Amino acid sequence: MKLPDGLVAIVKRDCPTCVVVAPVLEQLAALTTLTVATQDDPTWPPDVNRYDDTSLELSWRLKVHTVPTVVRVIDGVEVGRVEGWLRPQWEQLTGVDGLGPALPEHRPGCGSKSVEWGIEEELDRRYGGRVLSARTVELADLEDDVEAAYDRGWTDGLPVVPPTEARVLRMLAGRDPTEIVAVVPPDLVACTVEKVAINAVMAGCLPEYLPVVLAAVEAACTDEFNAHGLLATTYFSSPVVVVNGPVARAIGMNSGTNALGQGNRANATIGRAVQLIIRNVGGGRPGEVDRATLGNPGKYTFCFAEAEDESPFEPLHVSRGAAPGSSAVTLFAGAGVSPVVDQISRAPESLARTFALALRAVAHPKLAYAFDAMLVISPEHGRVLAAAGWDRSRLLAELDPLLELGPDDLRRGNGGIDEGMPPGLDAAPLPKFRPGGLLLVHAGGTAGMFSAVIGGWVSGDTGSSPVTKEI
Amino acid sequence: MRVLLDPTSEQNPATRQVNARPASLDGLTVGLLDISKARGDVFLDRLDELLRADGVTTRRYRKPTFTKPAPVDLRHEISTQCEVVIEALAD
Repeated sequence: MKLPDGLVAIVKRDCPTCVVVAPVLEQLAALTTLTVATQDDPTWPPDVNRYDDTSLELSWRLKVHTVPTVVRVIDGVEVGRVEGWLRPQWEQLTGVDGLGPALPEHRPGCGSKSVEWGIEEELDRRYGGRVLSARTVELADLEDDVEAAYDRGWTDGLPVVPPTEARVLRMLAGRDPTEIVAVVPPDLVACTVEKVAINAVMAGCLPEYLPVVLAAVEAACTDEFNAHGLLATTYFSSPVVVVNGPVARAIGMNSGTNALGQGNRANATIGRAVQLIIRNVGGGRPGEVDRATLGNPGKYTFCFAEAEDESPFEPLHVSRGAAPGSSAVTLFAGAGVSPVVDQISRAPESLARTFALALRAVAHPKLAYAFDAMLVISPEHGRVLAAAGWDRSRLLAELDPLLELGPDDLRRGNGGIDEGMPPGLDAAPLPKFRPGGLLLVHAGGTAGMFSAVIGGWVSGDTGSSPVTKEI
Repeated sequence: MRVLLDPTSEQNPATRQVNARPASLDGLTVGLLDISKARGDVFLDRLDELLRADGVTTRRYRKPTFTKPAPVDLRHEISTQCEVVIEALAD
C-alpha cells in the first residue's frame, strides 16, 4: 500500500475533537493536497478528498494511536506528524497560517479505532504478515470449534477457549513468540513462548497472566522439580503453583476466602495452563505416560497466591531466596488437600502439636523422610502464631521434635500394620520430613480455625524438590 | 473460515524397530536393569540366579532414581555391553 503524497489526516466521526477540526480540514483541502481517511463514516467530513479506512488498514500501517492525526508524506514516505489539535504544530506541518481561528489553541484527540482492545491484534494478523509458526488447523463450516478441540485431544476434559490467531497474538502482547521457554517432558520438546501462549489462551488466561505462566513452566521443567517423574508416577501429585509478590494483586489472584477453591480466573487458569502445556506440548496424557492410580482434582489446576498481608511469616518466595518485593512462583509437587481442624488452641505450642499430628499422616503415618509437605496456615491460625511472635523459623524449629518418628512408630508390623520403614531404617528415630521438606504458606479467609496439609511426593534428588522462580 | 493454532509439539512419535527376540540366550549377555523401585532388586536377584544356573552371562545395572529417565551414559553402556536387557519396572 503506497501512501498518498501531501497531507493525510486520520479521523473518526465518533471523536469530538475530529468533529471540531472538520472545518479546518475543509480549509486545508481548498489550499493544499489533503487526503482525509475516515475510520468510521466514509461519507464524512463532507467537502474533502476522502479515503474510506473503515478497514483500518491505513491507520494500522501508519501506526496511528490518536485521532485526529495529520501526517505529511513526500514520495510515499512520512516526513512529519501531529496528533490531536495543536494549532501551532498544525500550522507548522501544513505550512498554512490562521487555521481554525474559532478553535481553542489545543484540544487532545481520542483513541484510534485501530488500537482498540482486540482490534489491533486482528489488524496485525490481517496486514502484518504471519509472525506465528504453529501449524494452522482449518475448521470445516459445520464443525463446532469447542468440539473440534475435544476431537483433537487438546483438552483436559473441560472445554477450552479455541486458540485463534488473534487471541494468541493478544496473549503474546508483542513478546517474541520464538523464544524457547523450557524443554517440556515427557517428550522433551523445546517449547516456545508461542506454544505457551496458545495453551494459555485455551486455559482461559488473560494476557497479563502470561508472565506467571511462563515462570511456572520454566520452574516445572527444571531437573529439580522433575515434571517428568511427577507426571509419570502412579502417585497422586501434580504441580501446585504458589504466587507471591506484587503480581498476585496486579492480576487479581485470590489468596483469601476459598483460596484453594474455585471462582478466581487467574488462580484457575494459570494452573490449568501449566497442565495443558504438559499435556499438549510435552505429550503427557493420562493412561499413557501419566500412570496415576487415582490422581487428584488439582491435576486440572492448582494455583493460589500467598496472603502476604497480616502473615506471621516473611513471604514464601523470600524465605526461599527471592528478593523482597519481587514476584515469584513456587512449584510444589502436591497430592491434594487434607483439612486440619483446631478451633480450641490459643497457644502456639498447642497449635504446633495439632499441625504435627496432621503432618505425620502425610503418605502414611509410619513412613518418614521420603515425602515433602506444604502446610497452608489460615489467618485465624496465623494470628495465634503472630500473637506469640512465632515466625517461620520458630514454628519449623518447634515442629522438628514433634515430627520425629521413633522406631515403634516406624517398624513394619508395629500397630498391626505391615507397612513401615524397611529393616535398617527402623532402629533409630527419623524425622518425618527431610531438612527443607516442609513448606509453610499463609492463605485463606479470615474466618475459620482451619489450616490445610498438602502432602508432597517422593522428595529431593530421588523425586521432586520445590522450585521458586522469580517472574 | 475459522482457523485454530495447533497447541501440540507437532511432532510425530519416532518409531523404532524392536529387535527380534533371540531364539536362545547361548553366548549372549543379558543386562538386568534395576530402576531403583522398591523390591526390584529382589526380583532381579532371583532372575540373575536362574540365568547364571543356565550358564548365561549377566550384568547388573541400576538407574539413580525411578522418577527420571535413565541417563544417556547408562543407556549407552547397556546397549554396548548387552544383547538382551530385562528391566524390573514396578514395585
